[in-house]
This record gives sequence, C-alpha cells and structure tokens, in this order.
Amino acid sequence: MGVDFHIDYLQLLSPDGRVSEVAGDVAQDRERLVAFHRAMTRARLFDSKAIALQRTGKLGTFASALGQEAIGVGVAAAMRAEDLLVPSYRDHAAQFLRGVTMVEILLYWGGDERGSDFAVPRSDFPICVPVGTQIAHATGAAYAFKLRREPRVAVSFIGDGGANNGGFYEALNMAGVWRAPLVVVINNNGWAISTPRTLGSAAETLAQKAIAAGIEGRQVDGNDVLAVHRAAGEAIEKARNGGGPTVIEALSYRLGDHTTADDASRYRDPESVRAAWEREPIARLRAYLLERGHWSKEQESALLKECGEEVESAASAYLSEPPQSCEAMFEHLFATLPRTMRRQCETAMRFAGGTGSEHG
Amino acid sequence: MAEVTLVEAIDMALAHEMARDASVVLLGEDIGVNGGVFRATNGLQKRYGAERVLDTPLAEGGIAGVAIGMAATGLKPVAEIQFSGFIYPTIDQMINHAARLRNRTRARLTCPMVLRSPCGAGIHAPEHHSESPEALFAHMPGLRVVAPTTPARAYGLLLAAIRDPDPVVFLEPTRLYRLFREEVVDDGSALPLDTCFVSREGRDVTVVTWGASHAEVMSAAEAAAEQGIEIEVIDLATLKPYDVDTILASVGKTGRCVIVHEAPRTAGFGAEIAAEVSERALYSLLAPVTRVTGYDVVVPLSRLEKHYMPSVERIVDAVQKAMEAA
Repeated sequence: MGVDFHIDYLQLLSPDGRVSEVAGDVAQDRERLVAFHRAMTRARLFDSKAIALQRTGKLGTFASALGQEAIGVGVAAAMRAEDLLVPSYRDHAAQFLRGVTMVEILLYWGGDERGSDFAVPRSDFPICVPVGTQIAHATGAAYAFKLRREPRVAVSFIGDGGANNGGFYEALNMAGVWRAPLVVVINNNGWAISTPRTLGSAAETLAQKAIAAGIEGRQVDGNDVLAVHRAAGEAIEKARNGGGPTVIEALSYRLGDHTTADDASRYRDPESVRAAWEREPIARLRAYLLERGHWSKEQESALLKECGEEVESAASAYLSEPPQSCEAMFEHLFATLPRTMRRQCETAMRFAGGTGSEHG
Repeated sequence: MAEVTLVEAIDMALAHEMARDASVVLLGEDIGVNGGVFRATNGLQKRYGAERVLDTPLAEGGIAGVAIGMAATGLKPVAEIQFSGFIYPTIDQMINHAARLRNRTRARLTCPMVLRSPCGAGIHAPEHHSESPEALFAHMPGLRVVAPTTPARAYGLLLAAIRDPDPVVFLEPTRLYRLFREEVVDDGSALPLDTCFVSREGRDVTVVTWGASHAEVMSAAEAAAEQGIEIEVIDLATLKPYDVDTILASVGKTGRCVIVHEAPRTAGFGAEIAAEVSERALYSLLAPVTRVTGYDVVVPLSRLEKHYMPSVERIVDAVQKAMEAA
C-alpha cells in the first residue's frame, strides 16, 4: 500500500512580465487582460482610500488586500453570476467583480450591517471574520446545489492561517466525501497576523492538505492573475461537471499590515517586504500589456483617474449615509420580533430618543 | 392514532415534514442506515433516500457549519448531534453564524435550521453523555431554544422548529425518550414556539420547569396534592424567547414560585426566570423565589447521577418551604 502524491505549481506570467508559452490564447486576449488590470487597479485604489479613511477616523478597522489583488480578480472572473462566493475578510477584489459595491464594503467596515445586504450578489455570503468557519458554509451550500441538481459552484476563500484551523479540515473532509461542487482558494500571503507560514504548518505546501480529504490540490502563483484565473476556471468547471472539489493554494504576500489595527514592522523584516514588492501582481501584468502594445501610459493615467474618481465618489456616498435607527438592532434578529422582546426594543428606542439615530 | 414514545414522536415529526417539504434534509452521525443511536431517525433514510438523510463524518462543528450553508441556500436542515457532550464544538458556528446570519445581512440571508441533540442525565450513559447545555444556547441572541417534555409536545414543537424561519436548538431529554407513551396524532399540527404549557393547574405554588425534570415535577405535584398542596406546573417548552407572561400570570395567582432544572445552578436558566419574576412580580410574592437544580459540579458518572438530578423529594421539600414562608 502507500500512495504518492504530487502538487503542481502553475505560473503563466512571470514577475518581470513574460508570458509562458503554455498560457495559450489568453495571452492575446487584450480585452480580458485589460479587464483584469482594471479590476486589480480598482481594488488597489479602493484599498488605499479605505486605509486613508481609517487613518482619519472615518472608517473602522479595515483589512487591506494589498498585493493579493490577482487572487480575488482571477477567481471571481472565473465564476458565473449564479455561483456562490463565501468570502473571508480580505476578499473585496473578488467581491467587487461579483457586484458588491465599494459603498457596501465601506459600510461594513464602517460599522453598518447594511454593508452586508448586497444589492447584486443576493446569495453570496457576507464577509467572514471567525477564521476557518466559512468553508463549512460553502460545503453546505455546494451540497444544496448538488442535491437540487443545480449547475452551480460554491467558491470560498481562506488564508494560510485559516488553513490550520479545524473547521477547514472538517469542511474539506465532508466536501470530499460528498464530491460537493466546491472550490477552496487559500490565499497564502505568508502571514497570519504576526505568525509566519513556517510556524503555521510543517506541511511543505498547504495545497497538499486537500490530499488527506481525497480532494485535488494544486498551487498557483497568486500574484499571476492568468495562472489564478486558469486554475480557478478549471476547478470551477470541474466542480460544475460533477468532478468534485478542488483546493487551490495561491502563493502571494501580504504587502500591508494584517489590518489597520496591526503594525507589521513589529515582526517582519522590511527587506522581505521590499523583495515581495518585486513580485506583486499589478506591475507584471501592466508590464506585459505595455510591452505588447495592448496598453499605453495615457490609458494607464486615464484608468487611475477614473478609478480614483469612483473611489472618491464611493467614499462620499458612504460618509453621507445616515446611521440606522437603533430599532434596527432588533429588526432582523428573528423574522418576527418575539413578543417578549418588545419591551427591550422600546427601552432602547426611549433612551436613543426619537428615531434612535441621533445617538447612534 | 398511535401511542408512541417521545423518541418515536421525534421520528414521526421528521418523517411528516420530510414528506411535506422537499427542502427538509437530515444530517448527523449514524442517522442514516442505523437510524440514529437513539433511533430518532429510524427508517427515514430508507424512505427518503441517502441524499436527504445524510450520514456525516464525525465532526460536530462541521455538521453545524454545513447545515448553515444548506439553510442559507434554500434547504431546511435538521442536524443531529449524537450526544449533548459533543455539542460544544457547534457553539462556534451556532453563535458566530447561525444566530446572526439574518441580522448581519439585514435579512438578505437567513438560517432556517434545527440543531437537535439528546440531553440530560439519568440513563447510565458514559462520560460526556449527560450534559444539560441549554443555558449556553439560551444566552445567544438569535437562537431559539426548545426542550420538549412529552411525546405530543415533542412532535408539535419539532414541527414548529423545522418550519421556523430562524435557527432552533432542540434539546431532547434522553431520560424521557422511552419513559412513557401517549397518543400522538400525526396530522402535522405544530405547537407554538412562544408559549409555555400549563401541565397541571394549581392554586398554591407555581413550579416552572423544562426538559427531563418535568417528569419529577409532575410526580412531585401528585405527592404534594396528597399533602393538600396544589402545584401549578409550567412546562417552559421554549426557553428562548420564553413566555414570561404565562409565568407572571401564574405567580400572580399562587404567590409562590419554584424553578426546577437539571442543569447546574449558577447562571442556569432558572436564574433568568427568578430575576424576571422578582423584577416584575415582587408584590405578588408570598415567599422567596427558589430553585431546585443540578449542583455546580461536573455531572457525575452513572453511580452518582441520581443524587445529581433534582429528585421528587427535593422538589416537594422546596414546595413545602414555599408554603411555610406564608
């Protein structure tokens, strides 16, 4: 007995902007490549603005996705609208492509539950903060799709830290047994707050954790949007066609702090961060686009201007959104507020005064 | 009509709802071919298929988690946790997700699931099989917590729990699973989840209880009646949100309140009821509100468990003291 296993690693676009010959048609697909570039740029500008808002006291804690934009963009671009995204808390690049708005993400981190009431991807899960708990939701949803014979796939994100959590293993294990249409993407950005990848797991790859659950696991260069998109697309279509789940470990680097409440300079060497900037995802795709003549400096300036305006406009809309009435705390706890809780709601309203929003 | 045990009534309710609603699925350890270790899902996989009655891997946190994913995407999962001592890994999923999915998405996503588990001591079970965790769940905003006491109530309350649009933790007293039979009409009639039951009317002392202790309280009421003391027995049934109005009305009539539960005393759910009665019915009270509960100890293994569970004698004693006070 005994088995051998192999974890392959896919990279199509190198850090210096060269495309591998196995990239195929996508390398010539200007429209698609520009769409990737636009989506990653949008996410990065949003990130900067969100941090600026937090630093000026206008936003709560925020988790930046700086340097990991290719993962969200590559994966979400491979999903169909009817598929389901079960995100972690660093996945706004993917959420934007799903149709979640910048205002919604700002509302969420700004302390307003309405930020998770997405107008567009009505079935997508909200941001998940308790690390590792979300994969089970995706597994359960995938099971529901399979039971109803719906050609839909559940896609979930988790970090390298989360992949050490028991909930991750349990959910993968069930998905393996049920051959659920599930794709789990590990954003291995090297850090679980201050804990480096090497202290998180002795496994050589995180993708191989899938093997123990009877699931295919593979690694991709997470800073290569082409590779991420290729791997995600293959996994999603395999799942849709009854081929079961896949785990994709996307290797990236957390160029920013864990969140705005963190100071990564306390625990990591600035040299390693500087080196990681050499491999970041946006510069390499832009270099390729420029080199191929698919993109110009003027187009880049126009894109930055357009995305910058969109971000500013979203920030203004967020800041001008009045808080909910304090009654909202009670409104959605249950489908109908239990009769015995009405007194508590009345008390809250009385002390909040009027609509309850003045003291909100 | 059939005379059934409480565990058979659970099985009946599950079967009824699976036939009525194709979105109802069952999941748990050994619930399929084996019909559950207590046989609460006996015959259901044969009738409704392995896709709707899933034998899951042994992973309680995962069971709760996948049930949430199912519930949020259109199914109505009923998850079984095999024994109460194994329910603790589900608390992460139940409190962080099931209880708050509706609230945190402003009702965009909801979680109509039931987490069923046997609970309580008294069947000489091994370690970690005799816990009474109801207060842990009752403390969590967004969950309903239900504990049936009779076959008919178990049937009607479980139907209500499955049909409820929000998550319900349904704690079944193992000790009552096969204690007695009663007639249960399998007509699909649900019982309300916002009302307690007056199991016995009486003018002297209100005794509020739930779950397995209901059996001892009913026996205590018989014993007290022989001494001329009429106990009004209130079966709380739904602990969260609970029907305080029926309790206050009863205490208004009797002026005395004793609360009986098997779970440990400190921060048990009885404390909540005692506080509410003190706050809102103080001027009706003729005697202090008291509790007869499990002790603040680790629930003992089988040789000592009879000394742990509130006995008929302890309940009668508390009732007599309430009578002596005024």
